[in-house]
Amino acid sequence: MSPGTTAPPLDVASIRADFPVLAQQINGHPLAYLDNAASSQRPLQVLEAIQNYYTHDHANVHRGVHSLSHRATDRYEAARETVRAFINAASVREIIFTRGTTEAINLVAFSLGQRLQAGDEILITAMEHHSNIVPWQLLCERSGAILRVAPINDAGELVLPEFMALLGQRTKLVAITHVSNALGTVNPVKVIIAAARSRGVPVLLDGAQAIPHQAVDVRDLDCDFYAFSGHKMCGPTGIGVLYGREAVLRDLPPFQSGGDMILTVSFKGTTYNELPYRFEAGTPHIAGAIGLAAAMDYLTRLGLPAIAAWEAGLLSYATGLLLQLPGLSIVGTAGDKASLVSFNIAGIHPHDLGTILDQRGVAIRAGHHCAMPVMERFGLAGTARASFAFYNTRGEIDQLLDALRLAQRMFA
Amino acid sequence: MSEPVRELTDLYRQIVLDHSRHPRHQGRPEHFNREAEGHNPLCGDKVRIYLQLQGNLLQEVAFEASGCAICLASASLMTETVHRRPLLEARASVEQFDRALSTGAGATLTGDLAALGGVSQYPSRIRCATLPWKTLLAAMDASSATVTTEQESTQR
Repeated sequence: MSPGTTAPPLDVASIRADFPVLAQQINGHPLAYLDNAASSQRPLQVLEAIQNYYTHDHANVHRGVHSLSHRATDRYEAARETVRAFINAASVREIIFTRGTTEAINLVAFSLGQRLQAGDEILITAMEHHSNIVPWQLLCERSGAILRVAPINDAGELVLPEFMALLGQRTKLVAITHVSNALGTVNPVKVIIAAARSRGVPVLLDGAQAIPHQAVDVRDLDCDFYAFSGHKMCGPTGIGVLYGREAVLRDLPPFQSGGDMILTVSFKGTTYNELPYRFEAGTPHIAGAIGLAAAMDYLTRLGLPAIAAWEAGLLSYATGLLLQLPGLSIVGTAGDKASLVSFNIAGIHPHDLGTILDQRGVAIRAGHHCAMPVMERFGLAGTARASFAFYNTRGEIDQLLDALRLAQRMFA
Repeated sequence: MSEPVRELTDLYRQIVLDHSRHPRHQGRPEHFNREAEGHNPLCGDKVRIYLQLQGNLLQEVAFEASGCAICLASASLMTETVHRRPLLEARASVEQFDRALSTGAGATLTGDLAALGGVSQYPSRIRCATLPWKTLLAAMDASSATVTTEQESTQR
């Protein structure tokens, strides 16, 4: 990811003091948490926001006449405004709280999917996470639509001409990841969105891996949907966001149904609430939304350009160091890459690497990363993946390298 | 938080490393009359077991596998254990092995299998070791279905 040019550097030592979870020993070694693409850690500021909410302000939202309910509603809606500002959406009506990226994508697959007919096409890429594949497969089963998959090259980059060739008359939706979780590839989403929109095709971006690492501006991107999770960006689990362009959301039928999403319910017929509430059935994850807003405030205070710059430094340091190891190959070598390295070491299965590294305090992910088609594309059972956040240090990458050397000695 | 002190050398003992590097009875044999496939969807390990059953005797036991060192070593050590043994004895070995690992009682394993005892201290790796054995059981039962280590839950 291209770092900002004028970003002030991060004071990582003081940042780490905000993350008490990082200051622990694992199997007798200091924890080096390099599994941020799976889930990041939370700073005290997020934990305190949640604690504060439950300690002082909790009640159900949008229905009470009493003071606590007003307070909870105010805080929940203030969180929505924080999200709007964070991604520069035009209106809070475009911010739908969900359980996470997966539910956000399922919402679109369900609601937008109701318009699809047999023979319509949905265009994705070969680098998608399962959560941006399976909802479309199910939709295709329901509707008779066809799933088209644009290929990736040996570097793990989208083959743009092939993608453009697949973008056709029958394409009714483009659903593509902003950043690949298995490879780190940053997709040229602006080019893709411009091409799709010029043909009147809406675009959904899976932003789960992008939003923790770079400033996202949905109006600048001009996408129709942007889905992301709280827990990968220092927020709570169980909360995520679907941004939807108001003009598109307005015409979509509801997703889940129940309380809060209705205006009136009668056995003669039910009318639905306005945006965004029409898409938020049931009591929402109020504390989750408040925690997510606190995480966004935290990231904003650090500055996303500064975060991107620090992580770009970690990525190039790690890449250089890892390539010194004999037999190590990096999977995913795109020109524009987020701060993660997927790799294999000849003669050592990723699962064994994961266990050996854990014994040295280094937490990484080993396996298919919920992107089995990517593994299939590269003919691999899996990879080991180290993924970095702004609180990681070069020292932790050195620790990773030492542990990998130990694995190589053991398996020599 | 007190974690049990675990040493990597308990998991990756010399015998385990040796069997993972040079698995015995690996490869599809010329003659077999039973086979079964096992799969661990969590980590992608795959095992295929081939048996030549003669009466009640496991005349030949062989495997093909793509997996981690623990899975390969376990498959290799398993074939050594049950090769040319009566069916009933092989079943008892499977049950004993599975119980030892799943109850944290790896230390009760004897012979070369004792080398896999350390796996019982690594909960995330127990399935790697038990997959070949579950697959052997399926082959002995002549069950045609693919075995997975996730029988209780639906695959995600």
